[in-house]
Amino acid sequence: MQGYLYFVAKRALLMLAVIFFGVSAMFLVTYLSPIDPVEQVLGRLSARSNLSPEAIASTREALTAMFGTGQPMLTQYYNFWTRLLQGDLGASLMAFPTPAMELVMRGMPWTLGLLLTSTVITFIVGNLMGGLAGYFQNNRFFKAFGIVTMGLQPIPYYIVAFIILIIFGFLWPVLPISGGFGMDVRPAWTMPFVLSVLQHSLLPAFSLVLVGLGGWFIGMRALVSNIVTEDYVTYAELAGVKRDTIVGSYVMRNALVPQVTALAMVIGGVFSGTIITEQVFNYPGIGSLLIDAVNAGDYSTVLAVCTVSITAVAFAIFIVDLLHPLLDPRVRAE
Amino acid sequence: MFAVFRDLIRYNTEFAIGLVLVGIVVIFAGLSFFSPIDPTLIYMAIPDQPPSAQYWFGTNSRGQELFWQLSAAFKNSLIFGITVAVLSRIISITVGLAAGYLGGWVDRVLMFINDIFVSVPIFPILVLFYFVLRNNMDSFTMALILACFGWPFDARLIRSVALGLKHREFTRHAVFAGMSTRKVLLEEHLPYVMPIVFSTFMNNMLWSIGMEVTLAVLGFTNINNPTIGTVLYWANSHSAMVVGVWWWIVIPVILIVMTFLGLFLLAVSMNEYIDPRSRLRRMGA
Repeated sequence: MQGYLYFVAKRALLMLAVIFFGVSAMFLVTYLSPIDPVEQVLGRLSARSNLSPEAIASTREALTAMFGTGQPMLTQYYNFWTRLLQGDLGASLMAFPTPAMELVMRGMPWTLGLLLTSTVITFIVGNLMGGLAGYFQNNRFFKAFGIVTMGLQPIPYYIVAFIILIIFGFLWPVLPISGGFGMDVRPAWTMPFVLSVLQHSLLPAFSLVLVGLGGWFIGMRALVSNIVTEDYVTYAELAGVKRDTIVGSYVMRNALVPQVTALAMVIGGVFSGTIITEQVFNYPGIGSLLIDAVNAGDYSTVLAVCTVSITAVAFAIFIVDLLHPLLDPRVRAE
Repeated sequence: MFAVFRDLIRYNTEFAIGLVLVGIVVIFAGLSFFSPIDPTLIYMAIPDQPPSAQYWFGTNSRGQELFWQLSAAFKNSLIFGITVAVLSRIISITVGLAAGYLGGWVDRVLMFINDIFVSVPIFPILVLFYFVLRNNMDSFTMALILACFGWPFDARLIRSVALGLKHREFTRHAVFAGMSTRKVLLEEHLPYVMPIVFSTFMNNMLWSIGMEVTLAVLGFTNINNPTIGTVLYWANSHSAMVVGVWWWIVIPVILIVMTFLGLFLLAVSMNEYIDPRSRLRRMGA
């Protein structure tokens, strides 16, 4: 038990370091950039309406106070953290005066839902197929499956999503290609709404799964085909252990340990993929929010999305790391 | 070196296919050095012409000949990928060899930094860079940023090899003979990690070109510089598929798939070659 606590403490430290480093890097980028957020916001405000010079001057003052620019770097850095810890990143400019954080939280369930389902499906299907393909190396079906997924794996995510979009939106329009739910349903916990959400999430999730499968498949097949040659597997076969037990508990379980480590490592990358998915399929998550915010020059919202995504990814990695000892008893004993 | 190459082509179909695919793309990209027109100029030809004897790949709605446009785009993207790969290889070799050989607290600190870099989601950071730099973000800046994030996986791989080398006889001989640490790492250990460096080089190129495509498609790069991503960006912004200029999308996508499959096959087959067990199995020995 003590070994496990030590392991958890180490991982928690890493999580905090990742958040600290990521957010500090973010601060530095915005601090060192030649662009002044105050002037950007002002430019946008005055482009839309006629403001008197006095109004512009007082807006500039208010904005300078809000962004805290003009103070020494360390003070700004300190203020940045204190505000961040209170969950306050200022008002969004696109949807003034909604707080940027609220916009992010509105998009979060969509992104989390999409990310979670597609990652779980990809991980389970990829590893199961890869494991079986490694064990039954001469099976035709698994060989064909391997060629297809390996062919899809290296292609940039965007291209695959785009091809799916062309096929299902253009050549064979059976599934909705845009939006989070149908236009004719009211967002509430009712049957038609849930069905509509599921229907709309099919294509985005499918594209994410399609791209992710190959990596897990290849990794698991390689691991299993190495483990199969180990003495203990031969011994178990000779001792007449049932084949299901050998594949399930002896071979796959061992091979899963490095795969779970790998899962923690790719979460950040999968998150990037989700941002693109949302853009391609016009899905209402935080990825779409980020892109809209960049295009609208909305400083607070961009910062809020970046902070939340760095924190969320670090936390997700922490959770996956905690699962590790359940599979690998050596970590518990250490 | 040459014998290795010959063996790979003879016994490894994947390597041969990959080599052919990458070869075609590289030759196509190289043609851009002899391009008769400046690929950044627009309205130099009749817009929206389908592929014909005069315009091999057709022309796009911006009045550019797609053949030369794509050739320049692939040249720029390949150069971009190679730049990122070289820069990040330098970091990963240094970190990997140092962490593996020196061990102790150096190893622990380097691997902690390594873990941080693995975990930070790069895409929001890249978007943030674009947000603050806007049009000052050229390919080279982007290559630098990507190189800063592209090394940690490979540094870990190199470290694991270096850990094994540390306790080999020849390392001890070299140390007793009075070789400096830098010399041991560069002259004794580096040759052993070179195969890994080559195979991860391809993977890194895949990753960085993919990132560039993603950013450019969203319009988050300098969209006037022809690259694989910006060609698609302009095709999208002119709704090429909807108005029926299909060649503007289909031809680049075919070329992209060729590039990525080719690089991937090269990386996979080299990876397999590194492992002597699978190499022997393939050669039938």
